Amino acid sequence: MSFSVPAKLETEIDELITHYPVKRSASLMVLHALQEHFGWISQAAVEWTAKKLGLQPINVYELVTFYPMFRQQPVGKYQIKVCRTLSCALGGSYALHKHFCDKLGLDAHKHGVQTTKDGRFSVEFVECLASCGTAPVIMINEDFYEGVSRAKAEEIVSQCK
Amino acid sequence: MPSEYKLILKHADQPGYTPDIECYLKHGGYEVLKKALAMQPLDLPDGKRKSPQEQLRDEVMKSGLRGRGGAGFSCGLKWSFVDRRSGKPIYLICNADESEPGTFKDRQIIHKDPHQLIEGMILSCFANDVKLAYIYIRGEMPQGAKLLNKALAEARAKNLLGKNILGSGYDLEIHVHRGAGAYICGEETGLIESLEGKRPYPRIKPPYFPAVLGLYMCPTIVNNVETLCNVKHIVAMGGAEFAKLGTPNNTGTRIVSLSGHVKRPGYYEIEVGKVTIGELINDPNFGGGLRDGRKLKAVIPGGSSAKVLKAGEKFKLKRKVDGKDVEQEVDMLDLPYDFDSLLQAGTMSGSSAIIVMDDSVDIVEALANISEFYAHESCGQCTPCREGSLWMSKALHRLTHGEGRKTDADYLEKIANNIPGGRTICAFGEACSWPVQSFVAKFKDEFVAKGAADEAKRAQNGVASNSAAAKRRETVAAH
Ligand SMILES: Cc1cc2nc3c(=O)[nH]c(=O)nc-3n(C[C@H](O)[C@H](O)[C@H](O)COP(=O)(O)O)c2cc1C
Ligand code: SF4
Ligand code: FES
Repeated sequence: MSFSVPAKLETEIDELITHYPVKRSASLMVLHALQEHFGWISQAAVEWTAKKLGLQPINVYELVTFYPMFRQQPVGKYQIKVCRTLSCALGGSYALHKHFCDKLGLDAHKHGVQTTKDGRFSVEFVECLASCGTAPVIMINEDFYEGVSRAKAEEIVSQCK
Repeated sequence: MPSEYKLILKHADQPGYTPDIECYLKHGGYEVLKKALAMQPLDLPDGKRKSPQEQLRDEVMKSGLRGRGGAGFSCGLKWSFVDRRSGKPIYLICNADESEPGTFKDRQIIHKDPHQLIEGMILSCFANDVKLAYIYIRGEMPQGAKLLNKALAEARAKNLLGKNILGSGYDLEIHVHRGAGAYICGEETGLIESLEGKRPYPRIKPPYFPAVLGLYMCPTIVNNVETLCNVKHIVAMGGAEFAKLGTPNNTGTRIVSLSGHVKRPGYYEIEVGKVTIGELINDPNFGGGLRDGRKLKAVIPGGSSAKVLKAGEKFKLKRKVDGKDVEQEVDMLDLPYDFDSLLQAGTMSGSSAIIVMDDSVDIVEALANISEFYAHESCGQCTPCREGSLWMSKALHRLTHGEGRKTDADYLEKIANNIPGGRTICAFGEACSWPVQSFVAKFKDEFVAKGAADEAKRAQNGVASNSAAAKRRETVAAH
């Protein structure tokens, strides 16, 4: 499978690189841009980034394996991230996570991100999302939801088409 | 009655206040910057001249401002350490990683009043001869990053950024840099490594003090979002006037993030030290008390890394009464919410995040939750931190899954005591040990009882449960 970055995206990436006196600094921003477009970071994307920034692939690969937000395989169209940390746990985030998993036919006890067979939804626990006063909180892709009750969860999921 | 004092959040929640530049300008935005850029050198009696930059730095020193990111270090002092003779460029980085569990104050500023942060940054950069600065924002705040990019573009369009700002001859560029979900990027040297495009492995100090060998091995200032906003107000009102807010050595205001079992969780800006922990939890202006029928069990006073306070705990505080030093015994609820009182109580105000737990909380589960966070977030460079954080989390996992042992409390203490104290590269080692040390010490009977109950159950059920336990252990190990 050939990997190609559309011209418009490459122009955006070239602009990002100008923000830094040292090209390597742009690594995270380039990976974000690629992940936003392709949904995940493939081996080819790693190699493309390395070439773009004058690095060895390992310099980029070690970022993809370290930073939790980067995906090494495709995930669902809707990525549900449930905050797991203390204030949200006190506010019922474990029950909420289980609710999402049960509803979507996933195993709430499994670690890491899980995706439904049809590729529509992914569910995972993440650490404190910096909104602990409105626990429990979740993110779906770039959108943020606060004080998520079960009813609200139902409503949010039903809006994901 | 204690109440809020809104300095940083003065406009943020007003109806109709929007994050765009027109709204900010309408509310007097960038006037302080204009004033600063027009400052003249000051002729001193000894014939020397003090540059506007030096004057601004003096004001920040006089203000007594202490960092709002976690350590509470003097901002003026930090700036005074910057190596200004190296001939290398000086960088400034705004730490917007906001990842300390319980903390959600920087989010409010970024989302509701981004230009205040940008004005504070431009002033701080001008005062330190910085020409290139970054805002390192955590990856999980994509909207915040967009808002900041938009605000920066608006500022550029009005020549508040870029070349020759407002004709002053001063050039500055600020860019947004996004993290990608790792807590350790909040630690300033880890942040710098991350901004250099590497894994965020914290650097060892000495020699890598950011003020001397920071970003690209150049002098670098790292300050928290709220700290940089304060700089704007210091320049506006003067350092001496700012120092009148709050209490001595604990000046200004702080935005407290209040979460957990209170009726009114949220963010509250207070004069530092003018409100007690008890008032923050119980006063109708703040937390509004616990849920009905519930009693207080424990309070984490400064983000999850801070040592826990147990309801009813007493502390001896050294205070000044009529100019005399006296020692007073105070209940944990009567601790003034400031840097120094909490240090005297053996904990810290950290990122000013208070997590309240009522008597419905299983304290062992609460610690297990926190320790899982640290086990997940250790960067792995130092053996005591990498292994210790994981061992603690595993022991707590078994204690909360029916697999505990009576000796687990001692085991946890032993590990926690062997991580901090100069054995690790960064303060994460302390951060992961403090909760364990304090929870286990203050609630030891609950940890022991849980382990003992599990042991008793195993003894009673004999072989049958042993094999079931072995099976469970396998699944745990597989995780
Ligand atoms: C493990 C760890 C995590 C940290 N996370 C943050 C953070 O999310 N935000 C922050 O401003 N400071 C954080 N800090 C503190 C920074 O290292 C640094 O002290 C701070 O950004 C300095 O800014 P200030 O002096 O304005 O507070 C963290 C420190 C440690 C040890
Ligand atoms: S103390 Fe922990 S987080 Fe800090 S550098 Fe060492 S391993 Fe990494
Ligand atoms: S604990 Fe969930 S947002 Fe902080």
